[in-house]
Amino acid sequence: MTPDFAKSFPLRTARVHEVCGPSSASFAAVCAGVAQGTVLWIREHWRPEGVNPLGLSPFFDPAKLLIAQVKDQTEGLAVAEEALRDGSTPLVILEISQPMGLIQGRRLQLSAKAGKSTGLCLIPDGMGSNAAESRWHAAPIFDPFSAPGDSTLQRYELIKNKSGTLGSWHVRWDTASRCLRLVSATGE
Amino acid sequence: MFDGIQRRVVSVWFPRLASDRALRLRPIEGPFALTHSISNTNRIYCLNVAAERLGLSAGMPFSDARAFCPELQSRPADPLADRRFQHALRRWAVRYCPWVGLEDGDGLVLDITGTAHLFGGEAELLMDMRQRLSRAGITARIGLSDNRGAAWALAHHGEGSAPVGAALDVLHDLPVAALRLEEKTVTGLGRLGLRTIGELANAPRAPLSRRFGSSLLMRLDQALGQQPEQITPLKDPPHYGVRITLPDPIGIKSDVMEGTSRLLTQLCAKLKSRETGARILALTLRRVDQDSQQVELRLARPMRDATRILPLFERGIGDVDAGYGIDQMRLEAVQVEPMPVQQLSHVASGHKDQLDDLITRIGTRIGLENVQRFLPADSHIPERSYQIAAAAFSSPESTWSTIRPRPLHIFPPAPLLGTHAVPTPPKRFRWRRMSFATARTSGPERIAPEWWLEADEWRTGVRDYWCVETRQGRRLWLFFTPQSPGWYIQGEFA
Repeated sequence: MTPDFAKSFPLRTARVHEVCGPSSASFAAVCAGVAQGTVLWIREHWRPEGVNPLGLSPFFDPAKLLIAQVKDQTEGLAVAEEALRDGSTPLVILEISQPMGLIQGRRLQLSAKAGKSTGLCLIPDGMGSNAAESRWHAAPIFDPFSAPGDSTLQRYELIKNKSGTLGSWHVRWDTASRCLRLVSATGE
Repeated sequence: MFDGIQRRVVSVWFPRLASDRALRLRPIEGPFALTHSISNTNRIYCLNVAAERLGLSAGMPFSDARAFCPELQSRPADPLADRRFQHALRRWAVRYCPWVGLEDGDGLVLDITGTAHLFGGEAELLMDMRQRLSRAGITARIGLSDNRGAAWALAHHGEGSAPVGAALDVLHDLPVAALRLEEKTVTGLGRLGLRTIGELANAPRAPLSRRFGSSLLMRLDQALGQQPEQITPLKDPPHYGVRITLPDPIGIKSDVMEGTSRLLTQLCAKLKSRETGARILALTLRRVDQDSQQVELRLARPMRDATRILPLFERGIGDVDAGYGIDQMRLEAVQVEPMPVQQLSHVASGHKDQLDDLITRIGTRIGLENVQRFLPADSHIPERSYQIAAAAFSSPESTWSTIRPRPLHIFPPAPLLGTHAVPTPPKRFRWRRMSFATARTSGPERIAPEWWLEADEWRTGVRDYWCVETRQGRRLWLFFTPQSPGWYIQGEFA
């Protein structure tokens, strides 16, 4: 029996979570769509792949997004810590390019707790920190039965959870009502 | 008019203001001219004495001037800087009297009533003024009289000073052009045989005013002191700087913060009285060894609330090296913006303030222009359909509209390997060392390049965009270029 998705998905507030996998940016966009208020997205300026605001618009209004272009990961962590501690942005998304140690992870966790805001680190596979509250793996799935206007079917797999069980779900973002729908796994 | 002290006015004319300014910046020996372009011709704007002696004059075409005088050196004129220089001279002239106004674009007018004795008399005052100006390399003609019109006439035509109440005696032989008249009127008077001010003053008034209008007689009366003329002094621009000098040097961070807080309170009171808010603040800390350090704070929004600005300084002050101690602190609002008083509303704006403070704090770490937001732009080209603007200098816009789905990620187009140059989407392809099999496609959507803009990546012509769903799950944004056949990948959908 699959565990209850609603228990883990709107990510627990005042904690820092991690997501990896090919659809991690889409996972972050979904989280931003669910969150209320301004979202801060911290990325290193040398990365060629930028997010496209028009691609974000099915998830949320791009006007509520702030981008911080940082020089390296240290600077990114400092900005994330500052923003989490301040608490005026309910969701802080941080792109990680190097492995993160326990100290950095714990500091982020403490500042999220102080500011009561949620943090989400987009990590390359296997570069997470042990301090994360939960770690997700997001990957797109081909759905032979999808209708033309549907968004991509995603598989969200909870691969680490400090307060609950692990699980795996198939979900799809509903563009019209801007919410995440749970899809039962396709019967073979 | 009034009996007490006789009014005395000094008029200063800078005949070579522009070239003097340019030569002060970079001195040049020999003939020199500033040029400006009028209806596609480069003409001389202002020139120095050496050039004038060679027979050149202002307004002549620059090419002619160079033909006369091949060694003529030139620079482009900058009328705005000249204007600023005139204002600077006005500020300087306040040392002689508080009542200083601008005269045309190239002069000053000073009301020195009751101040001449401070310099030892009128002659000494004029001497002092002449000496200082010539030491600064500025040519000046100075006229002194009872009123503005006569002083102007003396400054522009034959320099000198008129004794009290004897304007007509001095002006008697000056040409009528010295009355600040229009070119046409001067010519008209010349035809009547009235060439000097004395002749004009003796002529019957009624026919003159019928022929030339009332302005001629008004100018004459102003010059002779029969009609008053006021001098409008300029207001000094508000200065947003405060400083504190300490009896003993300080070095502890909390002390410096305390000093900053006192300065901020003063500065914010000043800002509030003028309904402005600071955008950029500079705190200069002078150390005992005469070295000074500067802390710059750029705010995400104009502010004048001392309790909110103070914590934002914390990071900058923490980085300062106090050395042997700091004995002078100076705080200046380098850039201010109007910030009118606003009605408080029941809708709390506290959250917005907090966000702006956060942007400022992040900005002090990574640079204020690196905190950005997206703004919509009017273009079909995917990478030009949005703009990135600094969050502190823009406001959010919510007019995003998409007719067709757009990918979440856009990257520079990469050619797809292992595909044929045919317009139907490839069945299989490789990208980033992964192989994909096409399951379903939708498209094409044709996007034409914007011919009015130069863009290298659009050299390949129009593009047919396809949304390709792969069996591996990813949805990718591919395009085909029919004009130079080939397949490229540009984005990935969410």
